[in-house]
Amino acid sequence: MKPRVLPGFGLSFGYTIVYLCLIVLLPLSALVLKTSELTLAHFWQVVTGERVMAAYRLTFGASLIAALINLFAGLLVAWVLVRYPFPGKRLIDALVDLPFALPTAVAGIALTTLYAPNGLIGQYLAPLGIQVAFKPLGVVVALTFIGLPFVVRTVQPVLQDLEAELEEAAACLGANRWQTFRKVIFPAALPALLTGFTLAFARAIGEYGSVIFIAGNIPLESEIVPLLIIGKLEQYDYAGATAIATVMLAISFVLIFVINLIQWWHGRRHGMRK
Amino acid sequence: MRKLGRLIAPLLLASLSAAALAGPELLNVSYDVMRDFYKDLNPAFQKAYKAQTGQDVTVQQSHGGSGKQARAVIDGLEADVITMNMPPDIDALYDKAKLIPENWAARLPNASLPFTSLQVLIVRKGNPKGIKDWSDLAKPGVQVVMPNPKVTGNGRYSYLAAWGYALRQPGGNPQKAAEFVGAILKNVPVLDSGGRAATTTFMQRQIGDVLLTFENEAEMIAREFGRGGFEVVYPSLSVRAEPPVTVVDKVVDKKGTRKEAEAYLKFLWSPAAQEIAAQNYLRPQDPAVFKKYAAQFPAVKLFTVDEVFGGWRNAQKTHFDDGGTFDQIYTKK
Repeated sequence: MKPRVLPGFGLSFGYTIVYLCLIVLLPLSALVLKTSELTLAHFWQVVTGERVMAAYRLTFGASLIAALINLFAGLLVAWVLVRYPFPGKRLIDALVDLPFALPTAVAGIALTTLYAPNGLIGQYLAPLGIQVAFKPLGVVVALTFIGLPFVVRTVQPVLQDLEAELEEAAACLGANRWQTFRKVIFPAALPALLTGFTLAFARAIGEYGSVIFIAGNIPLESEIVPLLIIGKLEQYDYAGATAIATVMLAISFVLIFVINLIQWWHGRRHGMRK
Repeated sequence: MRKLGRLIAPLLLASLSAAALAGPELLNVSYDVMRDFYKDLNPAFQKAYKAQTGQDVTVQQSHGGSGKQARAVIDGLEADVITMNMPPDIDALYDKAKLIPENWAARLPNASLPFTSLQVLIVRKGNPKGIKDWSDLAKPGVQVVMPNPKVTGNGRYSYLAAWGYALRQPGGNPQKAAEFVGAILKNVPVLDSGGRAATTTFMQRQIGDVLLTFENEAEMIAREFGRGGFEVVYPSLSVRAEPPVTVVDKVVDKKGTRKEAEAYLKFLWSPAAQEIAAQNYLRPQDPAVFKKYAAQFPAVKLFTVDEVFGGWRNAQKTHFDDGGTFDQIYTKK
């Protein structure tokens, strides 16, 4: 153990653990407890049903695609906002936060209106045979919308802190632009990118309000997992609902944990203090 | 979020304790569609009750999806009276928390149904697809919009109406009914998660040729979107929609509001309340009031869930619980 600079570790650590237990672990244990009403065989039967599996695929698949889109789009937006002065920059910057601020149901209704076959965007896609609303594609669109701010807001400060001198030094040493990006900028931004990606992904998995209007809710085709949970609740099958929720939680936790591991490993490799 | 606010507000108000307010206070928990009806009814009740007993009563309201509201009451929302869009949502109060006696429905007239409705077909102006009955919905090339039977009472009624229609056709049997309802569901491009969402899909997004919903929802559509865009088609046979009411015994006994809560529900059968129901396009139980408003309620042959499906519990179990006919229709493809 290194001697610590700040005193009071014991107190603050204790406080952290208690707080996390109350706010995070307690509701989660209630969830698992409710699930334990089921026998293991029944639990397995509930969480591996054909429709549930199809919904897992849609929810996790669409969330992953949406988070990947946001990874690239978010980096680009953050880059533009940090590096280039242009008129209306403050406004654009504020616009990025809009998906945060908008109530999800409002976002869902607005997106459905846009992408419905008679909507502003949908009417041009319909003749091309592309239907967004009420199809899995719509789910991806909605999840991309709500996830964008996460990546932008996590990468922005990192890019801001990255001095231009670094890039200039790289250029002086003969690096071309691509090399500068690959060897200087990207490694510095990667931890933040991964954090943003994780946040966008995690948020998308649990998303209900913005997706429910644009998904078609057709069994085996366009049902998201939260809808199935509501379906169980409508039968007053609390245990079945929490079983599906618990599985979602477990999968999410594993995925987020893996991404955190990657970050940690990356940090060690590049000798950055985490 | 606003919904949550509406749910929490009465809780906060209720916790302010009745002592701070004049007279007792009732919390009326009901499903979404009842909002307008109770908004009109409450002042009438308050006036009548004051005239009768000299006492002021305040009525707080909470609205949301039927099942969601029932679960909120089971989980401790202190509702004095509750209105749901189908009996199983009230049965659940007995099943899950013993908040009411098992025979709750027998305590008020008409099995605790102050009014009824039915499932109708709403089509585009001029009825371009010539839709007249349930059988037209199973034809290829007809797009049907309905809310999801797994998560809405409204969708369950439509499903049961189509099923009952198929059973009552010459040579009808459960096998044929399943095929018939399956053919209709094949024509459904989106199963919205709420009745109002299905209306939006049909009216605003202009998706589908026909919308399946309650008769009283048709009036909402007219008020919201104007009468020029759609027509109501009454099928040859439909299912009776049964929105029951009950006092929540455990809550009223704890709060000491039984007298007021019972008076409130009894008032629903008074001619004045029956008129308010008719004005909201809910079919009144009072024959005199029904006659007065007969022009807006075309005669339709109706069956009840009890008659065709052997009761609500049976219908729910056979058709909508996991592994029921609805699930089978989709997983057999």
